Amino acid sequence: MIHTKGLRRTFKGRRGAVEAVAGVDLDVLGGQTFGFLGPNGAGKTTTLRMLSTLLPVTSGQATVAGCDLRHQPAKVRERIGYVSQEGSSYSEVTGRRELTMQGRLYGMNRAVADKRAAELLETLELTDCGDRKTKTYSGGQKRRLDVGIGLMHLPDLLFLDEPTTGLDPQSRARMWDEVRRLRESGTTVFLTTHYLEEADALCDRIAIIDHGRIVAEGTPEELKREIAGDVVLVGPEGSPDKARDILKGQDFIRELTVENEVLRLYVDRGETALPQIIRLLDGAGINLATLSLHRPSLDDVFFRKTGRSLRETAP
Amino acid sequence: MKLLRDTWLMFVRYFLIFIGNPAWVIIGVIQPVLYLLLFAPLLKSIVHIPGFPPGGAYNVFVPGLLIQLGLFGASGVGFGLIDELRSGVIERFRVTPVSRLALLLGRACRDILTLLIQSLILMGLAIPFGLQPTFLGVVVMLGLVALIGLGMSSLAYAAALALKDENSYAPLVFTLSLPLLLLSGVLLPLQLAPQWLQDIAKANPLSYAVTAARDVFNGNGGSPDVWKGLAIMAALAIVGIAIGARRFSRAIA
Ligand SMILES: Nc1ncnc2c1ncn2[C@@H]1O[C@H](COP(=O)(O)OP(=O)(O)OP(=O)(O)O)[C@@H](O)[C@H]1O
Ligand SMILES: [Mg+2]
Repeated sequence: MIHTKGLRRTFKGRRGAVEAVAGVDLDVLGGQTFGFLGPNGAGKTTTLRMLSTLLPVTSGQATVAGCDLRHQPAKVRERIGYVSQEGSSYSEVTGRRELTMQGRLYGMNRAVADKRAAELLETLELTDCGDRKTKTYSGGQKRRLDVGIGLMHLPDLLFLDEPTTGLDPQSRARMWDEVRRLRESGTTVFLTTHYLEEADALCDRIAIIDHGRIVAEGTPEELKREIAGDVVLVGPEGSPDKARDILKGQDFIRELTVENEVLRLYVDRGETALPQIIRLLDGAGINLATLSLHRPSLDDVFFRKTGRSLRETAP
Repeated sequence: MKLLRDTWLMFVRYFLIFIGNPAWVIIGVIQPVLYLLLFAPLLKSIVHIPGFPPGGAYNVFVPGLLIQLGLFGASGVGFGLIDELRSGVIERFRVTPVSRLALLLGRACRDILTLLIQSLILMGLAIPFGLQPTFLGVVVMLGLVALIGLGMSSLAYAAALALKDENSYAPLVFTLSLPLLLLSGVLLPLQLAPQWLQDIAKANPLSYAVTAARDVFNGNGGSPDVWKGLAIMAALAIVGIAIGARRFSRAIA
């Protein structure tokens, strides 16, 4: 559904050029929900705007929905839906009218557009506010309307730029259901997010982007498996330095990092590592404030690939 | 035809947004009335000074007023576009297959329609004061106003898309439209101006529109100045559309 090779975009500013997207290769198959995960400024929106014909590419090739991005932008537009990060409805217009307008722009006649709009208002649970101006909508209602506008013409491929940023947990859960429903109906969804849980919960495949480059790509399971074994978080009382010195040389620990006074240990088998850790630290007279064991998360993947934690860089 | 259909869809959208906001409609009607009531009476006393064109105060003043209405009305339209730009709607339209030219023309047609309605109101109200419109005069006048509206609002949209924010758009528009206005002979006929000022005014396309409008209102419908004014305004409209449409199809980064 999407293939890109060496996709790049630089912005020329007063103080030199910014390489927002620095050579991105992607392969998204039809029917997949594909997640683009990365911190602020990673280049997610820039990539999406290029793939949806809004922004000319600096170099590289891409086919989107079977059409060449550079040479057939009009054909690409017919087949995709795009929900931007900022939203896409105007405050003085009702939700229903935004939907029908969108349908009409894709060539639907009035009757078809009205019917489809009513259908979408129903599935997105917007029937109650459909005839109010969008300036009266809650954040969640507005975001659902944005998605509805993107879906109006039943595109094969939908781009969702941060569909849940700023939503409360309830609205987020609703949006997740919506994305799952799309997947079931066979629509390819390409979404961006800051949230690891979101990418993990919704996506068939994930690409992690940082500073305009893809640093990891695969299914959530594959990515997590790359961090073989388990993660143990050790929170000693007081400074972590002493504990680190003791644990550093141990064979059963494959990697050790310190972050916010907490030691993060990558081990092959957490069940056997825990008693060893306790014994070692106890022997050295170090008391533990916290100790936990978990399966690697996408956060660990991000951390391993970039040396930073996504949770710190996210707003 | 796709361009026509898309233009119509856009026109209806923006027209509904306009009439959905009664404040704009009221302002649109009150503006010309204020000019008539508060400014035109001043002219009565200067009609008799030498150099003032023949035809009576209102036949000289109203045509100029209509041109001014076109200029000011059109230069304000960029504010609405900036508001919409911020809401993401323009990006959304640019991802659809809609004709880029229609994005411009649909809006401009709404602007023209409101200008024409305002012009008719103004002319109608001026009749009791002493305006003596002719059929040809009204038709040519509306044609001029429509062309100015088309050209100036297209340019205003191009400026709004380039600047993307009110704080740079407003100063630009006011700085440009004031000299355009003063050098067009809208408020007082340029015949009263010293020669050097008249010379500068020749570079202002709007001054030709004002001359054309006055001629046709004063029974000189066949004068070459009328054709000249219409032709120059048509050229302005074409240039405006070319620049505006280019802006709409370019990336709004
Ligand atoms: N129009 C522009 N002009 C100059 N620089 C830009 C422009 N658009 C984006 N950038 C820069 O490109 C980089 C990538 O931005 P982008 O919007 O793609 O990030 P993002 O991953 O979507 O971030 P976020 O999660 O905050 O939305 C940033 O450093 C940004 O400042
Ligand atoms: Mg973004």
